[in-house]
Amino acid sequence: MYVAVKGGEAAIRNAHKLLADRRRGDRSLPAIGLDQIVEQLALAVDRVMAEGSLYDTELAALAVKQARGDVIEAIFLVRAYRTTLPRFGYTKPVETSQMAIERRISATFKDLPGGQLLGPTFDYTHRLLDPELAEDGVVETPDHRVEAPEHTPRVTDILGHDGMIEADGDMPEGLETGDLTREPLSFPLERDLRLQALARGDEGFLLGLAYSTQRGYGRSHPFAGEIRIGEVEIELEVAELDFPLTLGRIRVTECQMINQFKGSSKQPPQFTRGYGLVFGQSERKSMSMALCDRALRARELGEDITAAAQDEEFVISHSDNVQSTGFVEHLKLPHYVDFQAELDLVRRMRGEHERRESENSETKEAAE
Amino acid sequence: MIESHSQLATYNFAYLDEQTKRMIRRAILKAIAIPGYQVPFASREMPMPYGWGTGGVQVTAAVIGPNDTLKVIDQGADDTTNAVSIRAFFQKVSNVQVTTKTTEATIIQTRHRIPETALQAGQTLVYQVPIPEPLRFLEPRETETRKMHALEEYGLMHVKLYEDIARHGRIATTYAYPVKVEGRYVMDPSPTPKFDNPKMHQSPALQLFGAGREKRIYAIPPYTEVVSLDFEDHPFEIQTFSEPCALCGAKGSYLDEVILDDKGGSMFVCSDTDFCEDRQAEGHRGHLSANPAQAAVNPAEAAE
Repeated sequence: MYVAVKGGEAAIRNAHKLLADRRRGDRSLPAIGLDQIVEQLALAVDRVMAEGSLYDTELAALAVKQARGDVIEAIFLVRAYRTTLPRFGYTKPVETSQMAIERRISATFKDLPGGQLLGPTFDYTHRLLDPELAEDGVVETPDHRVEAPEHTPRVTDILGHDGMIEADGDMPEGLETGDLTREPLSFPLERDLRLQALARGDEGFLLGLAYSTQRGYGRSHPFAGEIRIGEVEIELEVAELDFPLTLGRIRVTECQMINQFKGSSKQPPQFTRGYGLVFGQSERKSMSMALCDRALRARELGEDITAAAQDEEFVISHSDNVQSTGFVEHLKLPHYVDFQAELDLVRRMRGEHERRESENSETKEAAE
Repeated sequence: MIESHSQLATYNFAYLDEQTKRMIRRAILKAIAIPGYQVPFASREMPMPYGWGTGGVQVTAAVIGPNDTLKVIDQGADDTTNAVSIRAFFQKVSNVQVTTKTTEATIIQTRHRIPETALQAGQTLVYQVPIPEPLRFLEPRETETRKMHALEEYGLMHVKLYEDIARHGRIATTYAYPVKVEGRYVMDPSPTPKFDNPKMHQSPALQLFGAGREKRIYAIPPYTEVVSLDFEDHPFEIQTFSEPCALCGAKGSYLDEVILDDKGGSMFVCSDTDFCEDRQAEGHRGHLSANPAQAAVNPAEAAE
């Protein structure tokens, strides 16, 4: 006698109960608070906000906590929440040249208006594990500059005056910026949608692709023209008001890569640009994004498309980690039915194979 | 604001906001108007992962009303974990009646099977689709495959099927077997075994297909011609099983193989659990059923 397996419902309930238990861990230890995550795991929170496409540190911290520190799971939680939010309107483009700068570096000029400002960076730290961090030791208060910050124009604006570097470009008349969360993507993309996709793309995926361009797969001779981190104002135009309404400030990281360009029949030789802009503090992501953006401009600039990083449909279709993880992990779902169909086919083909083999050996024997 | 989190937990009927539903319904109407054509739609992130039925869930959420009765199956069964999870989701967010009975359901969401019991007019079958593009594994680029559909350029698919025959002596596609809809579009029936393909043809039910990750919806309206691709000398044929269901004795239903021991012992049971249970309730018995004493209720069948 055989009794069919039942009880998916009870199994799911129990699994979730166990998950909640493992998430909390040892009850004798204090639970981690959202403010602790926001303050002390700030870069994880930033990544969740960036790839979750929702700027809210507390929600991102909640997601990190709920996901047990699994960042992609946290991004997924934030995305699934964000998609239910009503859309009130679109803010004005942020003015990064007016950023309240915390860090700003250029690899192309030794000094420039506004200066180089290292800010809170891991760069030049020696990666030695610090046993003192295991204890809650006293941390020194950082020094603050006393003089008022001087105007810090973007490097690309400084170089742009003499045509050495391509200009920002003008928005075509009447162009409405696309929104990939509201309309399905259709290839080929314009740059606005491509940058949106890259901004929420997986850091690791874009990092790997960016690295591949440096190693010769779609080489673009990049220089880090400028990386700046700081806060920008978010402004919304309201129909009844003559002036834009300031909604608040968000922290962003902007990267402008400057790349060689030999020129074409239409354009003189000049430097071209790749652009990266990410919520929060993430130089790795914004630099990777800028390199990928430049690689993906191959079509626009009339370059040969020879490498993966230059292939828009390949890059953009596979850059979203919520999509990628869902489809890869769906292989865990039952596939009995299709597997049965394949089993049946392989059995039949093996049967035929064996029959042929035995017929062959019989004719051989008969011939001998 | 975390403070407002408790208010955030209220969601619209069937989860999606009404604007999104309207957008999805428009896509569905277009899909019905052009049978087999893949309509792009602005698929949303859902609270379950991409690849786990988000397309089907969005389609169901867009068409379901408070008076509907919903059935959810995965691999033909109502009690597989993902079917349980999706059913529980709709109970939670739409509070509709749910059922495991094919005949009672007004909407059936399915992953990889079509119920054995013939569907009726007025019923809607919603398929979860992983890769909506039948030409995808022949041509990975969407820009190319859309062109091929537009020009009705399906030679590549026939070449693939022909190469199967040349290499294996038969068409080696057992599931997601391509069909031509109403003489125009070649369509992926989702990874249902080809056993189910004939059920799509001239079905009185409305068949809707949702691919969330790939952002496509397509449809087969009721009473539409659905033909599995084949050749004159290699006609399309469905799977057959050498033994009947071990629980209900059904022949001609699709069977799952269940491993019984580590010595190669196995049995075959209906993949459609509702169909199998109905038959057992009617007194049909297989050779391994719970009450073999009644196996002779239908001697003609037992003798078969």
